[in-house]
Amino acid sequence: MKKIMKENSNKIKQKIAGQKILTVALTLALASASLMTGCGGSAGRGSSGTAAAASSVSETNSTETGGSNELYVYNWGEYIDEDVITQFEDETGITVVYDMFETNEEMYPIIEAGAVIYDVVCPSDYMIQKMIENDLLAELNFDNIPNFDQIDPEYVEMSQAFDPDNKYSVPYCWGTVGILYNTSRLEELGVPAPTKWADLWDERLSGEILMQDSVRDAFMVALKKNGHSMNTDNEEELEQAKQDLIDQKPLVQAYVIDQVRDKMIGGEAAVGVIYSGEMLYIQEEVESLGLDYSLEYVIPEEGTNLWVDSWVIPANAQNKENAEKWIDFLCRPEIALANFEYITYPTPNKGAFDLLDEEMQNNKAVFPDKDSLTNSEVYSYLGDETDAVYNALWKEVKSN
Amino acid sequence: MTNNGIGKKLLAGPYLVWMVGFIIIPLFLILYYGLTDKSGVFTLDNVTAIATPEHSKALILALLLSFISTVVCLLLAYPLAMILRNRNVGQGSFIVFIFILPMWMNFLLRTLAWQTLLEKNGVVNTILSLLHLPTQSLINTPGAIVLGMVYNFLPFMVLPIYNVLCKIDDNVVNAARDLGADFFQTLTRIWIPLSVPGIISGITMVFVPALTTFVISSLLGGSKILLIGNVIEQEFTHGSNWHLGSGLSLVLMVFILLSMAILAKYDKNGEGSAF
Repeated sequence: MKKIMKENSNKIKQKIAGQKILTVALTLALASASLMTGCGGSAGRGSSGTAAAASSVSETNSTETGGSNELYVYNWGEYIDEDVITQFEDETGITVVYDMFETNEEMYPIIEAGAVIYDVVCPSDYMIQKMIENDLLAELNFDNIPNFDQIDPEYVEMSQAFDPDNKYSVPYCWGTVGILYNTSRLEELGVPAPTKWADLWDERLSGEILMQDSVRDAFMVALKKNGHSMNTDNEEELEQAKQDLIDQKPLVQAYVIDQVRDKMIGGEAAVGVIYSGEMLYIQEEVESLGLDYSLEYVIPEEGTNLWVDSWVIPANAQNKENAEKWIDFLCRPEIALANFEYITYPTPNKGAFDLLDEEMQNNKAVFPDKDSLTNSEVYSYLGDETDAVYNALWKEVKSN
Repeated sequence: MTNNGIGKKLLAGPYLVWMVGFIIIPLFLILYYGLTDKSGVFTLDNVTAIATPEHSKALILALLLSFISTVVCLLLAYPLAMILRNRNVGQGSFIVFIFILPMWMNFLLRTLAWQTLLEKNGVVNTILSLLHLPTQSLINTPGAIVLGMVYNFLPFMVLPIYNVLCKIDDNVVNAARDLGADFFQTLTRIWIPLSVPGIISGITMVFVPALTTFVISSLLGGSKILLIGNVIEQEFTHGSNWHLGSGLSLVLMVFILLSMAILAKYDKNGEGSAF
């Protein structure tokens, strides 16, 4: 009897031991999963870390001599042709340390706190204005950036919305926000092709609309629909926009950001609000997949958001001259062209534009007619208080 | 002897650094941010902000969805754990191994895979339409979020229950049978009371991550359904309001501590009565 008991308990012990290993394994899996998501969510440093490691930094073997031979670059993810970085390093002998961010809001506290001191950063319009207002940027010495004259004066003028004297920023990419629509899906639903934002409130499109999941872009749609400025701080206009977004919510399939592209290609929805820069990729993809529907892009007639991402130098940069060399290098037409071909976001570089073939130059989805942009605006920084108002209203929309 | 003592302390050093650096200090940072405003003055506003309709709605919805997923997980996991226990060692472990094998793949990828399955033109609907059945709108609903939670957290329910069930001596069950107890009586009088610690720890391991998740709800809910985890995430990433985010995290922490306290209470009792 005792023997049986013992055998039994041995068996149990064995079971438990096997179990323990599994539990440990499981805990590890859980921990790594939560670490991954945690990093992505909180500060996004996870991806930048690996990105820095993956870039060509390690090849050049610098010995960190006083910083003069280095350049800390902070850019959007997937926002440069990596060969360009190598080429810059080969040409100048400067070692590039390349980090990436995902949103302007994520980048800002890092620059503000000086957690990592970057020499050159590529934020968007309104964020540049915020950085200027908070004295976080250094004035550029344009003598060191002779290729600046390659930038189309039109975009330099456009930049005055956020950098009034053009002292701090050099445009890198620009674009619009518009409606992408699936022609055959709309035909099935018997809905005409959208021409204005108000078409996104059409009840026949129930469950067929993809909206942008970001405060400013969502409110831009509603504010522009009502004929207001997307930079308004007028409470009534915002309240009305909020109500409109709440009314629209039952029609919306999902609020997404980058997924608009893939969902539209996959035929998940009939219309989606999208950044123009995705258009080249979408057109190529539709062609190469041999899809039986086509996707078209329209800039709504009420006007839209014109955005510009520009290079700036933080006030605390350690290698300002290297940063200016970097900006100058990126303004070179053939470099700008290489980047355009990689990123496919419209380039403000006149020299690069001239190098493009005619078909591309006339691609209205990428380089829209200037007439279609008359009512469009660039986001400006509204101040922390108004930002908080927008955020609170957006939260009301989302939780409704 | 003293050398040995110092050696032991030195060996414990890294763990101390780890705990202070990655657990204690971050917790205090959350406490600090949660109880101050932007100018660093003490305030309770960030914590009481939970009472605003948007926040309390998100909290209640999160509590509701995580409660449902916990119940579903429990109902699925208990019979499974019993089946596993009654297998012999090799077989049982193998099944458990198969069960947790997907856990080795990144959690985000698995959730994204569900997106592909549930989408309008996704795998499930394609199969349905091949069978000439009406397609369903599955994604971007609370149901999809519950499904995602159950799928991701089920192993955390199975393992602790399986673990305690393994510890129950067969003789106890056999004795109950000998004394004339039928299956149902054995279940309610023997199995369940003896497995309470496992059930409670399973409930905690499912309920807490389900309550705080923001990834599942944004991927499978299309960001249309706002849970408290999403609110907090947005405050940090988009709102740049770490104070409000931390304040709401503190409120959430109350619920987590509450379930931990329940766990501690039952686990102790359970172990006392198990053998």
